[in-house]
Amino acid sequence: MDDTGFNPIMAEARVNQPIVQLEDVAKTYGGAVALARVDLTVHAGEFFTLLGPSGSGKTTTLRLIAGFERPDKGKILLDGQDVATLPPFERAVNTVFQDYALFPHLTLVENVAYGLRAKKVPKPEAHAEAEKALAAVQLANFAGRKPAQLSGGQRQRVALARAMVNRPRVLLLDEPLGALDLKLRHQMQQELKRLQTETGITFIYVTHDQDEALSMSDRIAVFSQGKIEQVGTAFDLYERPASAFVADFVGNSNILGTTLLRPEKLHLVPHAHAVPEGYEKRHGIVREAVYLGAVTRTIVALEDGGTMQVMEANIVPVHGALRFVPGDSVTVAWPRSACAVIGGEYNKGEQ
Amino acid sequence: MSLSRAFSALGWRRPGMANTALLGLPALWFSGLYLAAIGALLVTSFWTVDDLSGNLIPGFSLVNFQQLFSGPVYIRIALRTIGIAAAVTITDVILAWPVAYAMIRLAGPRLRAVMMAAVMVPLWSSYLARVYAWRLILSHNGLLNWALMEIGLPRVHIGYSNWAMWIVFSYLWLPFMILPVAASVERIPPSLLEASADLGMRGFATFRRVVLPMALPGMVAGAIFTFSLTLGDYVTPMLVGGVGSDFIGNVVYSNVGVTNNIPFAAAYAVLPLGVMAVFLLIARKLGAFDAL
Repeated sequence: MDDTGFNPIMAEARVNQPIVQLEDVAKTYGGAVALARVDLTVHAGEFFTLLGPSGSGKTTTLRLIAGFERPDKGKILLDGQDVATLPPFERAVNTVFQDYALFPHLTLVENVAYGLRAKKVPKPEAHAEAEKALAAVQLANFAGRKPAQLSGGQRQRVALARAMVNRPRVLLLDEPLGALDLKLRHQMQQELKRLQTETGITFIYVTHDQDEALSMSDRIAVFSQGKIEQVGTAFDLYERPASAFVADFVGNSNILGTTLLRPEKLHLVPHAHAVPEGYEKRHGIVREAVYLGAVTRTIVALEDGGTMQVMEANIVPVHGALRFVPGDSVTVAWPRSACAVIGGEYNKGEQ
Repeated sequence: MSLSRAFSALGWRRPGMANTALLGLPALWFSGLYLAAIGALLVTSFWTVDDLSGNLIPGFSLVNFQQLFSGPVYIRIALRTIGIAAAVTITDVILAWPVAYAMIRLAGPRLRAVMMAAVMVPLWSSYLARVYAWRLILSHNGLLNWALMEIGLPRVHIGYSNWAMWIVFSYLWLPFMILPVAASVERIPPSLLEASADLGMRGFATFRRVVLPMALPGMVAGAIFTFSLTLGDYVTPMLVGGVGSDFIGNVVYSNVGVTNNIPFAAAYAVLPLGVMAVFLLIARKLGAFDAL
């Protein structure tokens, strides 16, 4: 064990060895389909994210892995063993809950030692380990307090320490940062990523926030209506989405037929201005222009119908007036290499 | 501007005035009726009665309390009252838990409503009717012994005894335990039970380490009901207790009505107040009021 209180798994374990596998898993709640049919493989040591809108099945998938729900059919393999019928207390996974689920009647050290006590670790040792785990999340001085005396961010860290102190094979995180403000959320994203890298524990992370998913994950599964639309790296999802849903849900998109154009890859030039060799273009009229600090978002109503969204970095300071304002005639231009084909065979990625 | 709007506006500008108006009536009721009555009870307990005329003699005398603690009779009655109140409370805790837990955690919305109604319906019928019904059930030739004989078991002789009082009180006050326990179980977020299982605790360990401590305030609230309601009762002992099973309340009743020794009745009535005070102190020690 190192001085963070967590036991790092050896790096050799991270050679694409499956740790969690879902095979043909389905789940309905009283007729309502939560998961239609899901096949999924998570590798040991991965930061794996389940991304999707609410009701897409991502949380159900997490709860199935944790053991809070039983699948209607299919296998859930943990380290190759089917655990679909095992109760949560017999699975070597731990969960960080969305509402943290800290025990309000117990002190922080008792909360963190809870899982060790369940494993019959004697109290003095369990508390000593719990205190180390609290120190690892910068809460060493709070061991004797109750959860009600903490801020949201502190509670979040206790929930993390409480789960990780058990050195689970897999850590399940159910939108753990949803209740935090933006600054704190960004800080915790880095913190989580750091902990995951240091400990080598497999993280399965549920979120509806695509920025969060892109910034933290080794791989991401995009869920929609109880099915997985695509599994891949952040690059795969953003640059080569497998479906229009993924293209639209992950980032902003302009979709022309089966062609995807990301707004930041487009340029705006005055109307009928010459464009370089190898560029495509469309003419239109600016309908909306919004200054967002780092970028300016311009919506252009195209001559041949439809609209396009353009994001331009504000490389030079903007003083008072934007380059284009509503009513201006403009040309939208992009290099052909910026086009991606939605759902091209090469996009499917590995499932 | 209408009068009610004028008042609302005044209350908004002067929140202190609004609070005074809202709290005034309960405060008046509490101090005027409740505290004054207890004060009168305490004061009267130190008075005496003129043996010949039967007139009350105000003053400060400990003679009533001396009489209470001098002989074994009043002590035995007090111990019987407190003992049965404690037994009823423990019985109701044991009976209420499975009902409350099933109602909140296991039953669907429809079954829960049915169970809730089943718990409450007895409270709509007369207390006396229910106690008389039990008298008929438990008497020597009653329903219980008839049923025992029908299935070939020997009769039991629990009518008009402490056993009968224990059973009837436990039945009477059970809803007052089920409802607060159910309310406190309902307030436990389901995610806490999932977290406990997730961290490796089995069902019963989760119950002992999470559900029970978190529902303690509800249990104590129920215990305050069952304990104090039993402590103050004198009708059930009269109807199902039979000879030699007097409660404190029966002694108070006979001293007010028959013997006309109101100061002695007052002194004996102070005793349950003291017992309840001790009860509440223990409950606080257990942390039952930490959440308030």
